[in-house]
Amino acid sequence: MGLGAKPGGQQQTGREDASGLVKWARNNRRAITSTLFLIVMLIGFTMANPDVFSQFKTYRSVMIALPVSIFLVVPLVFVVTAGEIDLSFPSVVGLASYAFVSIVDQGGDPLIGIAAALLVGAFLGFLNGILVVRIGLSALVATLGMNFFLRGLINILVEGFSIAIPEIRGTFIHTLLTDDTIMIVGNQGIPNQMLWALAFTAFGVFLYNRHSFGVRVHCVGDNPESAAEMGIDVDRTRILVFVFTGIGAALAGVFSVMINFVWWPTTGDGLLLPVLAGLFVGGTPTWGGIGTVFGGAIGTSIVAFIETGVIAAGLTGFFTQFFYGLIIILSLIFQRFNGGRVR
Amino acid sequence: MENNYIIELRNVTKSFGNVNAVDGISFGVRPGEVVGLIGDNGAGKSTLIKILSGVHQPDSGEIIVRGREVSNWNAAKSRDAGIETVYQDRALAPQQTITRNIFMGREIKNRFGVIKVKTQYEEANRLMREIGFTSKVFDPDSPVATLSGGERQGVAIARALYFDADLIVLDEPTTALSLIETAKVFGFVRNVRERGRSIIFIGHNIYHVYDIADRFVVLDRGKVVMTADKTEIASAEVLMKHMQEIAEMAHADASMADG
Repeated sequence: MGLGAKPGGQQQTGREDASGLVKWARNNRRAITSTLFLIVMLIGFTMANPDVFSQFKTYRSVMIALPVSIFLVVPLVFVVTAGEIDLSFPSVVGLASYAFVSIVDQGGDPLIGIAAALLVGAFLGFLNGILVVRIGLSALVATLGMNFFLRGLINILVEGFSIAIPEIRGTFIHTLLTDDTIMIVGNQGIPNQMLWALAFTAFGVFLYNRHSFGVRVHCVGDNPESAAEMGIDVDRTRILVFVFTGIGAALAGVFSVMINFVWWPTTGDGLLLPVLAGLFVGGTPTWGGIGTVFGGAIGTSIVAFIETGVIAAGLTGFFTQFFYGLIIILSLIFQRFNGGRVR
Repeated sequence: MENNYIIELRNVTKSFGNVNAVDGISFGVRPGEVVGLIGDNGAGKSTLIKILSGVHQPDSGEIIVRGREVSNWNAAKSRDAGIETVYQDRALAPQQTITRNIFMGREIKNRFGVIKVKTQYEEANRLMREIGFTSKVFDPDSPVATLSGGERQGVAIARALYFDADLIVLDEPTTALSLIETAKVFGFVRNVRERGRSIIFIGHNIYHVYDIADRFVVLDRGKVVMTADKTEIASAEVLMKHMQEIAEMAHADASMADG
């Protein structure tokens, strides 16, 4: 038999050998793209300043606040996949964590405070869902309005005063949520909040890909008419993604206060653009129907490392925004190679 | 004639306002046969499909499922009777995988809602083979967007099959498809018939319907104006001629009514 006597057979074996890995890569290409981008970016920063980026404390400093963004980005991937958007989450973070901090400040059990924050977050998410799905307002405009409205409510309630809860330090719940357990260098370890954020991401990935709720979110965002024809309750699914975002925002708020020991009337305010940028940088496209939870967590990590990297590279703080923009646009260009919307 | 109909309509009527969309129709479908339902726009095809699928309730007449008359006919009873309708838009989500589309809204899951991914994949694979998907280019994990129009129709048919349909109603399945794609859909339909299931094939294109159907039911203004086995009709041209005669008669009736 000569060379290539059975080309068909050979081709087929070749494809079957590769199919498992190739399929995995094909189905996860958006998350893979953002992960590679993060790695390349970190290599670039390390080359610019090897001293800083070879030290664990650099990474630890990012991991202290990054979890707050991850608790937000995971449910937001569901919202965007469902074909909606939620811009009210910064104020939901503020109001839900206000419920938490008020209870703790008056000597209440932190667990009751957390439960109250979750209730407030879920209720506000439900309210967003009702405005968008039942009343039929544009998600973009309605949740933007909610963001102003809720922040205004906070300002009226506290008249500019912040609330400190230093007494939370040393309590069991504070240790459990934000202490260092896994030690890396000396007395510095991975902050517990990072582990909780990773667990939340894993939960999100599972819910998104393996649970019927996540799969229905995909179908609703892809083609709501088809989803309805096949018996999916489209309205209920849409409302639930807003409720999920409210719960994520409540968790983000609780962690934010736990980390800082202080609640400000502005808590959550600065999160809007970095979290949304992380969401899209991570590989979830704007048009709905597809997305990646893992990529979202990676995307917020990319955004979180930019400031540290810019300063460590020896540039002044004036360059931070410039590099934010540059890196966001570059990463979106890379995501573009994963293709546009298919119909 | 032996009466082993899966479903039979007797003297069924349905009107909307003063339009008699379905005006006393009687017909039945036997196991393993492909019935071609033809008629011009406004002949009552879509109303008849919606009665079969339980979306509309007839104003009068009987619906008999496997020899038994059914009362309070609705969509749930239609599906219980093993009737699945594949609508023209096919109800697909193109960015999702074939598997997800087949199980859309009715996932195989445990009581916590966790999807049995492996079972769904294997079932999807089996269904694709059953209707005759032979391409090696895609598998149940491929997004529907990578499929052609005819193949997408196949996914919609596979979905109907999963729910153990004895009768699949295909509403204009070859509209806007190329010749090769139409041939693919015909292949799917023949595979379904070979497994003893029945099909009602609704179409505008007489040639398509002639090729695939075993029996023809011609509708005109809410009535069955012709029923014929394929053996009685020599070619698509003959069927076409009958259709033209019916249309001319209708035209004559209309002008008489006007005059």
